[in-house]
Amino acid sequence: MSVPLNPPKRKDPLKKTRQPLFPQSTRSRTAQGLTAAAAQGRFELQKCLDCGTIIYPPRDACPKCLSARVPFAPVDNGGLVLAETTIHTSTDSYFRERMPWRAGLTKLDCGPVVLSHLHGDVREGERVRLDLKLDKGGAAVLIALPDKETPNMADDPQLREMTCDPKYRRVLITDGRGAVGQAMARSFSDAGASIVFVGLADPWKPFPGQQALSKIPRVEIVALDVTDSESVSDQAKQIGGRTDIIVNTAEHVRPGGIMQRHGLSVAREEMDIRYFGLMRLAQAFGPGMRARGADGTNSAAAFVNLLSVHALMNWPQYGAYSAAEAATLSAAQCLRAELHPGGVKVLNVFFGPLETEWYQTIPPPKVAPAALAKAVVQALQRGLEELFVGDIAEDIRARLAVNPKALERELAG
Amino acid sequence: MASDLMAFARAVAQGAIRVIDLTQTLTQEFPTIVLPPELGQCTPFRIEEVSRYDERGPAWYWNNLTLGEHTGTHFDAPIHWISGKDLPNNAVDTIEPHKFIATASVIDCSRECANDPDFALTIPFVEAWEERHGRIAAGEWVLLRTDWSKKPYPEYAGLRNDGAHTPGPTPDVVKWLVEARDVHGFGTETIGTDYGQAQHFNPPYPAHFYMHGKGRFGLQCLTNLDQLPPKGALIIAPPLKIKQGSGSPLRVLALVEWDASR
Repeated sequence: MSVPLNPPKRKDPLKKTRQPLFPQSTRSRTAQGLTAAAAQGRFELQKCLDCGTIIYPPRDACPKCLSARVPFAPVDNGGLVLAETTIHTSTDSYFRERMPWRAGLTKLDCGPVVLSHLHGDVREGERVRLDLKLDKGGAAVLIALPDKETPNMADDPQLREMTCDPKYRRVLITDGRGAVGQAMARSFSDAGASIVFVGLADPWKPFPGQQALSKIPRVEIVALDVTDSESVSDQAKQIGGRTDIIVNTAEHVRPGGIMQRHGLSVAREEMDIRYFGLMRLAQAFGPGMRARGADGTNSAAAFVNLLSVHALMNWPQYGAYSAAEAATLSAAQCLRAELHPGGVKVLNVFFGPLETEWYQTIPPPKVAPAALAKAVVQALQRGLEELFVGDIAEDIRARLAVNPKALERELAG
Repeated sequence: MASDLMAFARAVAQGAIRVIDLTQTLTQEFPTIVLPPELGQCTPFRIEEVSRYDERGPAWYWNNLTLGEHTGTHFDAPIHWISGKDLPNNAVDTIEPHKFIATASVIDCSRECANDPDFALTIPFVEAWEERHGRIAAGEWVLLRTDWSKKPYPEYAGLRNDGAHTPGPTPDVVKWLVEARDVHGFGTETIGTDYGQAQHFNPPYPAHFYMHGKGRFGLQCLTNLDQLPPKGALIIAPPLKIKQGSGSPLRVLALVEWDASR
């Protein structure tokens, strides 16, 4: 079993906060196939279409038959640990701070022998599951995990370096007025976050669930309005130095296309809440998070964007909203690059219609806020960068991969 | 006469005439009118720094603002309401400028409202007030003192699951003020000139319907009405000159002759 994580002690204000470092992260373009799989939590290696050989590390041609037809494909991740090593010294700055570090060789059932990081509960000669993770630098790496769940498994220090587990971290849910924000507060509290800050704009407007929200353990209601630059920067001055995960739940779902809408007022609200809202949060909270990416057990870890899957392809029935989501997605990609030097991940979560009032007329399947919140927590525990929640989102992703033009036509209805 | 005007200026400068600011500070936090979410909304006041002696402008500080015409302490022009839409000179840019200066009768119902957010102003209440303070003159503002401006925002907005609960006038008294008293306009401390539950009146929103229908004006989100005498204050309330504007945030000043007994 892993040694359970201790609640982090209060920081010694006389000590310097360590600057984030990360392992060597240059990868070939071909090897980014591993990054794509790791970002979404899939286990994929290259598979030769001509002779069936499973290939690792990534190559441009099959080492057995020299075929260039070697795409990434899901493969079985089971294997046996052939050898383990505990590394006590390294010239690499990142690993020097984290010694000792365990690595090992695993013979995968599907063929290759791989060198990987080893979870603390893994021993030589044991069965393991290989997992693809994004390390602190965002590079795809392999880690061998115990075949079966072990006690406190997520608390393993090597694994925790690759995840954004909310346990003992301080989370900011930016808007608690809606069902999604309230479900997030519950999920993060359940996941062991040490504080769940929940932002609230216009406290003079009552809302359903207000009482229940304030009774969730470790929830602290804070003044925050993502449409007001001063409100966001004022709150960052209060809690910015101890915000480890941000989940931006501020939303503004309204039906209507761009031609059929009468005027720009609603579109401005959409852009203000979503695109500019993200920018305000990024400017106020981003630099502090980036500086705290290696700040111990409760280091800054992740910025979560909740996005309509129609950010990826416009849905004219909610066309202006889709456009604002697309702008927000683009900003989120920029934020990912800007937070990268801190080892802080950006998790983009895509979903179809939610089980909320603004999708009242849309038939199921719809995603329940509680299901979305649970999926977000799990994605952080796994250290993902991209998550698709629900049937609609999965369907759009699949159709987009096959024929984006067909998807555009079909969504036009 | 010029001599009167100069005497007035001297009295203001020397404090014999006091200038009382009836304006709320424009802030992001101050409540703005809320309509059902599927309807168009008034954009709340927002302020974005352009530069503050920094790389964006080394020697100067300035801001860009976004706001609706009906944010903060603001003026309602007759064109704001459908009943006043066809009147001549009904927008803030076309109203004759002398109409931005007028005296006020201040009706104090703060005691009645203190524990009753649903207090409604009626004709008998105003008649009783007139018996004590004198008849409301034609061309005067009627300002409703409720001390609502002193309340914390949740109480100030008074929102419950059946709408807002804030004091205001009944349809009868508004119609009577316009027709029997020929008032200049109606001003309040609350978010609107109308009663919180005025959508259930007939006509709905009578302060808007009757006042604007007869070319009269509205002032809302006023403060410091408790510093005004019942009669004799002069109100200066010129809105921004917005092309065909339905209203505008503004600075509202009251001039009051110094009364040592107060």
